[in-house]
Amino acid sequence: MTTAAAPVPAVTTDRAPRVKSSARGRVTVNAVMVAMILYFLMPFWWLVVAATKNNDALFSTAALWFHSPGSFFDNLQQLFTYNGGEYLRWMGNTAIYAGISGVGATAVATFAGYAFAKYRFPGRNLLFSSLLGAIMVPATALAIPTYLLLSKVALTNTMWAVILPSLLNPFGVYLVRVYVQESLPDELLEAARVDGAGEMRVLFNVALPTLKPALVTVLLFSMVGTWNNFFLPLVMLNNDKLFPLTVGLQSWYQGALIQSGANALFTLVIAGSLVAILPLIVAFLLLQRYWRGGLTVGSLK
Amino acid sequence: MSLLRQQGPAAAVPPSPSVEKVAGTYAAGRKTGRRTAGLSARTRHKAMGLLLVTPFGLLFAAFLVAPLAYAFWLSLRTSTLVGGDHFSWFANYKQTFTDPHFLSGVRRVVVFGLVQIPVMLGLALLGALIIDEVTSRLAKVFRMTLFMPYAVPAVIGALMWGFLYSPTFGPVNSLTDALGLGKVDLLGHSLMLTSLGNIVTWQWTGYNMIVLYAALQGLPREVYEAAKLDGAGQLQTALRIKVPMISSAIVLTLMFTIIGTLQFFTEPRVLEPTASSVITPDYTPNLYAYNLAFQYSEFNYSAAISFSLGAVVFIGSYLFLFATRKRSGLK
Repeated sequence: MTTAAAPVPAVTTDRAPRVKSSARGRVTVNAVMVAMILYFLMPFWWLVVAATKNNDALFSTAALWFHSPGSFFDNLQQLFTYNGGEYLRWMGNTAIYAGISGVGATAVATFAGYAFAKYRFPGRNLLFSSLLGAIMVPATALAIPTYLLLSKVALTNTMWAVILPSLLNPFGVYLVRVYVQESLPDELLEAARVDGAGEMRVLFNVALPTLKPALVTVLLFSMVGTWNNFFLPLVMLNNDKLFPLTVGLQSWYQGALIQSGANALFTLVIAGSLVAILPLIVAFLLLQRYWRGGLTVGSLK
Repeated sequence: MSLLRQQGPAAAVPPSPSVEKVAGTYAAGRKTGRRTAGLSARTRHKAMGLLLVTPFGLLFAAFLVAPLAYAFWLSLRTSTLVGGDHFSWFANYKQTFTDPHFLSGVRRVVVFGLVQIPVMLGLALLGALIIDEVTSRLAKVFRMTLFMPYAVPAVIGALMWGFLYSPTFGPVNSLTDALGLGKVDLLGHSLMLTSLGNIVTWQWTGYNMIVLYAALQGLPREVYEAAKLDGAGQLQTALRIKVPMISSAIVLTLMFTIIGTLQFFTEPRVLEPTASSVITPDYTPNLYAYNLAFQYSEFNYSAAISFSLGAVVFIGSYLFLFATRKRSGLK
């Protein structure tokens, strides 16, 4: 954390010393990078190491190095079978929540973003201004009110209570609108219309293929957003059969602390955390350009 | 930049040029009589626009407008065992803004933000300037490593750090022990906010770095060439040219970070069972609203707090954007 105050190379004006100072500067910059890499990687390293230990080794051996004999596969086996295999169920729930909300939110955002960019209809400006405001309404400030409302219609403690609110993604709409304006010229749409294509065909055959990168970005953000969400399912659900991984792991952790580590729950929390983040890390490494694509909108243009 | 410009209260979303063009082209379509069969092109466009926006409009009404309206209505009522459920106007709000629990939570997140936000955004800016300048393999690894925590659910990030902070087997304490400093209670009263700040910094620095980096990549390269010719070193170019030129992106990250900080919930909630004497039910305003609703069934009061918190964040964001509009609209 103190790297922010790391010494920076002195700026010099004449040529000869500058070569020296830029070499020193490079060393400093590399040192800063290495220090920060170590700090940001440390928890991941710890998680991998800890996932190979059983409960006794976890408490008695050095935290950042392996201990033999390892018990990684035992931990995994316990993880998937503990309490009737509830971890697998939570994983399935998470996939359902993230999958349905992700695809649904992307479809909704695509249609709306495209409409805002290319059509003029009554209420357009009003709805778009309120959308921009909605981006700034804190999601957690909405969760309790949404719970109170859904409990009136007996929808709390069902899968819908997590899925339906997650379909609303104002930022996704904004992102699609910006992308459509920048990458889909009106002439292209008009040419298709002149060729006799109806509005639906223009949307599905002309617009959507061009918008693919934006759609993948919105899909990724909505899926990861739901996969990682904690507050909404925590508020909505109290049946542990419906929990997603985040709420489930937190309940295990709480259980482990109550029993002060007497049983193997700590190792399960650790192995479970590792298994839960693997798909995300892989997705993030493979789909880097889409992540960055989404993050540049709004800051760049 | 357009996000900022469009969100500025003064910018009431001007109709974009493309819309004008579309309007012009349907007029052209009508003149040539291509779409005289059935409805006019203009009407069909209107209908198509409405159709496409309907799903979003319904969700917006059901999961944004309705909950807020319902919470507001609830917050104006009071329900007691003796008095029953009755209308009490702004009594809950009056209670909110004089409630020492709520106010201490607000004070805590403000203090937290005053320290954590500059540290995190400073690191993010430093990282962004480095990866904008250096293209080595190390820089690539650096960029990916810093961004990786963003892919980790906040709950799991907090769980991992909770273990790392553990006084019995956490590596931090093994280190201080080995150095002869004795045990440090990272989950105690004096260090809890710092420990929480460290988790948030770990999780969000990379994200902010990538946003700032993207802004840096969008700058015209010629400016640096000119600066180089004028004899500016890399450091000078970074501080005098790059940083001012991405001030809009910095403002944006600052605003989103402030919004996030005011809603602070997940990390304290996860660490709560390990340090229940430190993380009290009123530790942050959001935690307080949650506990009021689900531990004490004080739904009306909880709604008032949620609503106040949302309103403070919302109005605060607008004011902030308004105040920094000139700066953020910097060309």
